[in-house]
Amino acid sequence: MNELVLAIELAFWQQTLIKVLVAAVLVPTTALIFGIVFLFKVMSWMQSRMGPQEAGPRGLLQLLADGAKFLQKEDIIPDKADRFVFKAAPVVVLASTFLIYVILPAGPDLIISDLPTGIFFAMAVSSLSVIGVLMAGWSSSNKYALMGGLRAGGQLIAYELPLILAVVGVVIQAGSLSMQDIVLAQANGSMLGFSGVGLPFLITQILGFGIFMVAIQAELTQPPFDMPVAESEVVGGFHVEYTGFRFLFFFLAEFATAFAFAAIAATLFLGGWYVPGIDPDSMLANVVGPIALFVKIMVVAFLIFWFRFTYPRFREDQLQRFAWKYLIPLALVNITITGALVVAL
Amino acid sequence: MSVFAATEVLVAQNIAFGIIAIAIVVAAVRVVTTNNVVHAALWLVVVLGGIAAQYILLAAEFTAIVQVLVYIGAIVVLFLFGIMLTRARLGGENMVNKKMRPAAMVIAVAMFGLMAYSLWDFFGDTELEVMGRSTAELGQTTAQVSDSLFLTYLVPFEVVSVLLLAALTGAIVLARRD
Repeated sequence: MNELVLAIELAFWQQTLIKVLVAAVLVPTTALIFGIVFLFKVMSWMQSRMGPQEAGPRGLLQLLADGAKFLQKEDIIPDKADRFVFKAAPVVVLASTFLIYVILPAGPDLIISDLPTGIFFAMAVSSLSVIGVLMAGWSSSNKYALMGGLRAGGQLIAYELPLILAVVGVVIQAGSLSMQDIVLAQANGSMLGFSGVGLPFLITQILGFGIFMVAIQAELTQPPFDMPVAESEVVGGFHVEYTGFRFLFFFLAEFATAFAFAAIAATLFLGGWYVPGIDPDSMLANVVGPIALFVKIMVVAFLIFWFRFTYPRFREDQLQRFAWKYLIPLALVNITITGALVVAL
Repeated sequence: MSVFAATEVLVAQNIAFGIIAIAIVVAAVRVVTTNNVVHAALWLVVVLGGIAAQYILLAAEFTAIVQVLVYIGAIVVLFLFGIMLTRARLGGENMVNKKMRPAAMVIAVAMFGLMAYSLWDFFGDTELEVMGRSTAELGQTTAQVSDSLFLTYLVPFEVVSVLLLAALTGAIVLARRD
């Protein structure tokens, strides 16, 4: 299946080294792309203002300049903070992000590890970031940080359920948890006998897609679900005491996780790296796949950030009620209908 | 040495098992000796993560992921959430109850003895067929898990879910003020 790119046979440790390096480059790069394109350009465009213009052509290097600035800042740890937990928290959050990238497929051979339990693995490791957030909120010895951490904890627990339940519909239809199998199931599917463009699960799982997108938004603690980091209520939430490169860790994790979740949504519902007309087993799919996936990710991300820049913030009780009373029952209905149809058809 | 490690399994696996096992034991001791409740919960994360790593060594990938999702992602998060809402003081914590330690030690040793004896008694020197086979030979383990769960053990599975539902209802009844 894999490890024969460019027809070079590599030892296991060489493959592992290359994969680690690719992930180490990919995570900050994707975070940068999302930050520049959406946080600066799309946001300023939607809000009818100029956005950053000075650094580089059309202000495109602004985020790199910001990154360099963060690295130069003094590393401040509050006097009464729990030093070890305070230092470990951003690492835990970023590690959770790195682990999601393990199962993102960009082509028939372009995947770090095609685990048979791929999507389930992604859900499990993405839930690890809650621990890091709670660690950050508690160890800062700041009441705003603690409140933000608690809000984040409650919100992430509540929205993890609809996130996982929304995925179950896709898994039932694809008959596999592996990300590659889910892509191939969509590539080999057919719509009412017409198999030219495969069957993107967006068409059959439109309800699941909606629930997934809302749950992503909440998992990323973005507006309208930004109670945990609401600057007008809890200053900056769990990362209020963080400066310099530790804050940069949280920033990178936020945008890299947004990219990872957009990639998962693109893979589960839009066919991932599959392009109609290109044989999913051919070498060409390895070349076109990453480009197709990137385009699909940008489409999904545009939706995510469109919501982010449009809606006002939920109140805590509205937020919890929305998850438990609407999203979860809807997701269960979706699973029941999908299961019944898969058995019947 | 052969008493402690199966000879058919790769040496690298035995070494990894040993390293993870030591990490688990150290973290587990820290869970019960630390003075800070939040630190205890965080050490528990290390223990549970180590157990997930051992499951992966045993080629039980699905179980390992469930371990991470349920125990670390949900249960420890709820622990932390509860502790932080009630009494999460930074630094040393005086409210940790140390009077029960001797009794807890006795129970822990008794539990260990019971489990070790029952495992020894049941398996003895028998070697499991699984040993030495690769994951590919064992087939798709996730499918096997779901098959046995929803065919062989369907009734116990449903009974457990009703039990959980009862616990959930009970918690709501206890928490209600009216």
